[in-house]
Amino acid sequence: MKRTWTLDKIFGLYTLAFLGVTILIGLAEYLLGLPPTWIGWIFMALSIGIYVVIGIITRTSEADQYYVAGRRVPALYNGMATGSDWMSAASFISMAGALSVQGFSGLAYVMGWTGGYLLLAVFLGPYLRQFGAYTIPDFLDARYGGNIPRIVGVVAAIACSFTYLIAQVTGVGLIVSRFIGLDFNIGVFVGLLGVLFCSVLGGMRSVTWTQVAQYIILIISYLVPVVYLSWSIFSIPIPELTYGQLLQRNNARAIEVTRDVKEKETRALWQKDVDDIDAKLKSGGVPEDDAEKLSAQRALALRQAMAPAASDDATISRYLTVPTGVGMWNFLALTFCLMVGTAGLPHILTRYYTTPSVQEARTSVAWSLFFIFLLYFTAPAYAAFARFAIYARLVGTQIAELPRWVTLWAPAGLFEVVDRNGDGLVQWADFVIKSTDFVVLATPEIAGLPFVITGLVMAGGLAAALSTADGLLLTIANAFSHDLYYNVIDRTASLKKRLTITKILLIATALIAAWVATYRLAIIVELVAWAFSLAGASFFPALVMGIWWTRTNRAGAVAGMIAGLLVTLYYMIGSRFYGVSWFGTQTIASAIFGLPVGFLVIWIVSLLTEPPPRAIQEIVTNVRYPQGDKVRAATSGAVTPTRA
Amino acid sequence: MAELTQQQKEAYWRYNIWLTTVLLIIWFVTAYIISGLLARWFNQVTFLGFPLGYYMAAQGSLAIFVIEIAVYAYLMNKKDREYGMVEEE
Repeated sequence: MKRTWTLDKIFGLYTLAFLGVTILIGLAEYLLGLPPTWIGWIFMALSIGIYVVIGIITRTSEADQYYVAGRRVPALYNGMATGSDWMSAASFISMAGALSVQGFSGLAYVMGWTGGYLLLAVFLGPYLRQFGAYTIPDFLDARYGGNIPRIVGVVAAIACSFTYLIAQVTGVGLIVSRFIGLDFNIGVFVGLLGVLFCSVLGGMRSVTWTQVAQYIILIISYLVPVVYLSWSIFSIPIPELTYGQLLQRNNARAIEVTRDVKEKETRALWQKDVDDIDAKLKSGGVPEDDAEKLSAQRALALRQAMAPAASDDATISRYLTVPTGVGMWNFLALTFCLMVGTAGLPHILTRYYTTPSVQEARTSVAWSLFFIFLLYFTAPAYAAFARFAIYARLVGTQIAELPRWVTLWAPAGLFEVVDRNGDGLVQWADFVIKSTDFVVLATPEIAGLPFVITGLVMAGGLAAALSTADGLLLTIANAFSHDLYYNVIDRTASLKKRLTITKILLIATALIAAWVATYRLAIIVELVAWAFSLAGASFFPALVMGIWWTRTNRAGAVAGMIAGLLVTLYYMIGSRFYGVSWFGTQTIASAIFGLPVGFLVIWIVSLLTEPPPRAIQEIVTNVRYPQGDKVRAATSGAVTPTRA
Repeated sequence: MAELTQQQKEAYWRYNIWLTTVLLIIWFVTAYIISGLLARWFNQVTFLGFPLGYYMAAQGSLAIFVIEIAVYAYLMNKKDREYGMVEEE
């Protein structure tokens, strides 16, 4: 208890200090006119500085500390660390933006990424902790025996984690280049320094405490702009309560926009583009490269030509309309895939190895979801406020006097403002959104808030991307050094040698990720969404069946993991590139087919082959009853490396 | 910690299965029925200015998930203490 007290004090002071510095910067901006670039630099240097210091203080070379933070992280702090480990650039930067464009359909992300924690809590978390391994492939090895399950686990873990990592690095580059003015490629490497310091010096121990610090920054910076806006519009500082009113106002505005004559004129011009392209494509003779470009243009024009409400006499905008038919099926399927994927991501699962007991693991899942909930609960409000700000501060302005944020963001190429009908005014349909990633970062500027809030949001986005990158890097490096090198190649390697290899791999992985990120492949964003389906279809069935059904054996697990992966991959690639379509399901929801196949194959193949050895069956039964270190001691011969 | 009898173990596990099942049913109904299939119908009702279906998908369901996990952790940890399964430090 005493230790927790000290921790509470340290992080309490830290939070106050962070708020204090933010207020000071705000004052400096207000009174002394501190320029925005300086504010950007201060926030970045300050936050990365903190992470580096924590990395140095908590450095360690002990195996238990390095891999699972000594299994001594109290539930509350593990919850915070899991929160920032989990909430990546996608949650922080992209989610509210996607919601502000997609409306109801986008809520699949909000529900999916929170509801998955219930699955984690009741099916996996406490049991994995009771089993007491170091990594997920460790568990697969101990439960199913032999190197094959371990290697399949390693490959799946690296495949999911690496794509995810590149997306985080790209997020870091976007933030640094936009706010500090550094080149994107340099920004990527600067950000990585902050990550590497922690993971290389202190493994899971450093990463855990840095993630706690990062959580505090990211949640403050996400809440401040919306609370500020809610206060300034409604005089109530709780955006989750007030944005219902805002939805009504936005709805009324959407209907207005739908009926407006000038808007109709602009939409008709976009529709004409669509028809022209259709005619061109139909007439044939268009080379393949051009055809692809044309269909991209067509998709964009079609989006712009769509009114925010279905018809002139509609009373409800598209934003609030619940999808039907195939749309509803996709909404449900995506929600389900995101939930299962959440419960199958290796870098999150390993977090529950770090708690002191099974009971703390349960409490810890509850805290994790609570801390994640604080952000997700606010995201739909953020989206509504962002939409409101665009309706109020962009639509209807003179094209010659565009607001400052439009010109500031223009070089990033995420959106464009064009005057389609040449009337000198901005219509809703004149605002062309190419990527919704600007929404969260730009909303403070769109709403005309002081720049210090933008700087704060920038620090939050950076914290979100870096904390997730930390966890992922560690998962990848451990998969190589602990699971592959130590357990498969050289069981006699000394601890020192193993840790050195881990550290070299960390640096190498980080550099490769940064190098890939500099190519800025468009496919990366898609790959991240795919990672959920892949993790869901491969790990989830093998882990759940391994814990809940004693009869599951090696052959079943391996066959199930491979079958789940293959079916999911087949549908993904097929639906994305070759026009395969089962019930009109979208590509990101591919696990809806792979997951049941995975479960079914594990069940059938296990029944057709020999049951697992009695000793294993007994361990699986014993995992049901929390009993301290007993189970771990029984399995540790096969699982854990000798203590240093 | 005393070794548990087979009967005690079964009672403990039955309780766990029962709790897990109840929570999963609530989870399913909240996420897929109320916030999904029936959301259009619930949207006819207004709550705090929100259409209720939208509100459930955006806020209500999340709050229910948090409460569910907290209840699970509380009840199971209580059961563990009852059966003397808590690791003493």
